Amino acid sequence: MKKRLATMAVAAVMAAGPVMADLVFPSLSYRTGAYAAGGIPFADGYADYFTLLNERDGGIGGVMTKVPECETAYNTEKGVECYESLKDSGGLVYQPLSTGITYQLIPKMTADDIPLHTMGYGRTSAANGKVFSHVFNYPANYWNGASVIVNHLLEQNGGDMKGKKVALVYHNSAFGKEPIRTLEELSAKHGYELSLMPVDHPGQEQKSQWLQIRRDKPDYVIMYGWGVMNQVAIQEAANIRFPMENFIGIWWSGAEHDVMPAGEAANGYKAVTFHAVGDDFPVFDDIRKYVVDKGLAAGAGDQVGKVVYNRGLYAAMLAAEAAKKAQEIHGTAQITPSMMRDGMEALEITEERMAELGMPNFGPSFSVSCENHGGDGLGAITQWDAAAGEWKMISEFGPSDMDVIQPLIIEDSEAFAAESNIEQRCN
Amino acid sequence: MFYREAGDFKTSYVDDGQTFPIKFDRYRYYFVLFVAFAMVPLLINDYWVNAIFLPFLIYSIAAIGLNILVGYCGQVSLGTGGFMAVGAYACYKFMTGLDIWIGGVQYALPPINIFFSVILAGLVTAVVGVLFGLPSLRIKGFYLAVATLAAQFFLVWLFNKWAWAYNYSASGQINAPEREIFGVAITGPNTEAWASYLFCLVIAAITAVIARNLTRGASGRKWMAIRDMDIAAEIIGVNPLKAKLSAFAVSSFYIGIAGALFFAVYLGAVEVGEAFGIQKSFIVLFMVIIGGLGSIFGSFAGAAFLVLLPVLLKLMLADSTDTITGFSTVMSWIFLLAFVAAVVMLVINIIRTRSLIAGSGVGWIFASIAAFMAYALTIGGMGWPTDIVAHLQLVIVGALIIIFLVAEPHGIAQLWRVAKEKLRLWPFPH
Repeated sequence: MKKRLATMAVAAVMAAGPVMADLVFPSLSYRTGAYAAGGIPFADGYADYFTLLNERDGGIGGVMTKVPECETAYNTEKGVECYESLKDSGGLVYQPLSTGITYQLIPKMTADDIPLHTMGYGRTSAANGKVFSHVFNYPANYWNGASVIVNHLLEQNGGDMKGKKVALVYHNSAFGKEPIRTLEELSAKHGYELSLMPVDHPGQEQKSQWLQIRRDKPDYVIMYGWGVMNQVAIQEAANIRFPMENFIGIWWSGAEHDVMPAGEAANGYKAVTFHAVGDDFPVFDDIRKYVVDKGLAAGAGDQVGKVVYNRGLYAAMLAAEAAKKAQEIHGTAQITPSMMRDGMEALEITEERMAELGMPNFGPSFSVSCENHGGDGLGAITQWDAAAGEWKMISEFGPSDMDVIQPLIIEDSEAFAAESNIEQRCN
Repeated sequence: MFYREAGDFKTSYVDDGQTFPIKFDRYRYYFVLFVAFAMVPLLINDYWVNAIFLPFLIYSIAAIGLNILVGYCGQVSLGTGGFMAVGAYACYKFMTGLDIWIGGVQYALPPINIFFSVILAGLVTAVVGVLFGLPSLRIKGFYLAVATLAAQFFLVWLFNKWAWAYNYSASGQINAPEREIFGVAITGPNTEAWASYLFCLVIAAITAVIARNLTRGASGRKWMAIRDMDIAAEIIGVNPLKAKLSAFAVSSFYIGIAGALFFAVYLGAVEVGEAFGIQKSFIVLFMVIIGGLGSIFGSFAGAAFLVLLPVLLKLMLADSTDTITGFSTVMSWIFLLAFVAAVVMLVINIIRTRSLIAGSGVGWIFASIAAFMAYALTIGGMGWPTDIVAHLQLVIVGALIIIFLVAEPHGIAQLWRVAKEKLRLWPFPH
């Protein structure tokens, strides 16, 4: 017995010898709590794409990938624990899917030389790469989203919104407050009247806000919500018979699980998006073949093709492409977080590349540069078809009003640079 | 054998009245301080500081503060989260340079050193605490709890609404810029693990010693008199106004300091609704109840219990590693065998006594849990799905709270007291 134990010990030591380390893409997910409805499909999509790369292509550049998960429950304290516990695993890029955790990680990760990708959330002014060296929020940010929504409203009103009333129902946190400045600037430019209606975390209490909407009768309602708040808002809107086609959500308020509870009444609800919806893409055949049918799908495996699943998939695709770029730039398959950052900064997504990956027109084509970490900020509008039970794109990817947004980005990022003594780069 | 008064002669009143009258206790206390100040800083890394030591120390300060109010003075408060928010935002204003606008002209103080910012934040919170403590002169019990709950919601609303408090930032977030003491960064991203740990440890140690002495002295006796029966206390000459408001002031001072450290040193960026919501009020109250009402040691024990347990469960159940070294492999086999043996003994015990806890049932239950924990830690975690582990955490922590309230309502501090009483007689119990 003693001898066997000793042999086992020796074998274990030898097995732990030098091996090719995996490329680690940590997933700070949340599958519990008030925001789990959105957290689960994103985490599943993110994990499934890397499983697909492992099973189909043998990883990225011949190195297998690994996606360790850590549950944050959308809570900043747990987010700290997760970040610190995964830091030593060599994670290449973090995607916390929480604006609160993002704010906290921005200075830490810059100091630790690890890139942070906050796709469509986080600190909007991080799009200014001159100030935020390690933070990326391509392909679109909150302010682009707000502007695309206003552009859609302008289009509907023949380019004139004078005297129209717009109400913003928002999650009373850093996330929900982000678009206020942009919407105010746009209101000055286009002449609509903006009213603000904060909803406190977690967002189950919205009776008074919707009572106010019923009284004020705004022409349009814009929503910046997440988690359980969306379902409640859409149900409340249905209860006061607010016309759904005049109710537009940000991309975090436009998924199947948000509209399903209201049933037929949610028909016509709109949301902005920065990637395609539905599962009519060749990549989903591969996911079914290599991941789902083999029983390797993350979570329950029932989210494939849902809106937020697609977003997780898209985030994983962008991360994998950036890792490939980093491998090219540095000529090594074993990249470090620092090299990954260079890869993200040099990332270029073209129509051809997306078609090669089995995701033609899945998102807009864009390129990242040292100055611009935010991409071009294109967005499209989707609409919920309750009878068919699916989201449909009702517009092409269109531009946002960068004349308004860019000065705001410069102003906010420079204030941060001054506050934290950051020297501007890219000169 | 060693733990007794005999042979430890006191020759002065000062000696007689010291905090730890038993020599062994005293040396243990010095030893703990020595380890905490001189050894831990050399051994810790970012993970240990940010995931374990900082939350433990900061929650301990908050729990001491709440314990003064609830445990010593008997005034129930659910406003802890709101008062921590006051501390955090006050600290932010002081560390970035307090600005005042008079007639459209801005007057700004220069940024204040982080240590004094934290202390000033505590003072500001003390003033706010006294304001919200005023209703305690008229109402008590559940009604006071509801009044302090109003403080919680009002303060969170205020810091969401009042742009001056977060320096007019677009998102309403406050970020702690880099601040130093003697040239060593204490806040901000470039902080060394030992620096932020020592900073919090020094404040925690000072506040704990002050709290211990306050509660042993005249003011503590007044608080306890009010707690036990306020009318009787008034008759023997305790001024309820002074006693209650001083308890609110001291308690809020501590909670404000905890809030300031929570924001500036631990998280670095907070938004009020998420970081200082009603959850914070409850968790600190649980710490006080589980640790032991009316005990400084209990505040530390309760904070350790509620901070460490979720992390421990996560490390045991959710994490997984594929590089186990030889020694751990051997140990894990030993612990696995021990676990199986303990479960077998438990089953035998159940069959023999027809009861789960009769005979040595409780002992085998604890033995099997301990062996399983050791096994899970040596193999680097069981690697279960993260959502199942997150739900299990809630179940286990909740169950333990219930077990504590049923089995030992006076908390961990009472267990500690009983253990010390037994130790005094050991090894001759009769």
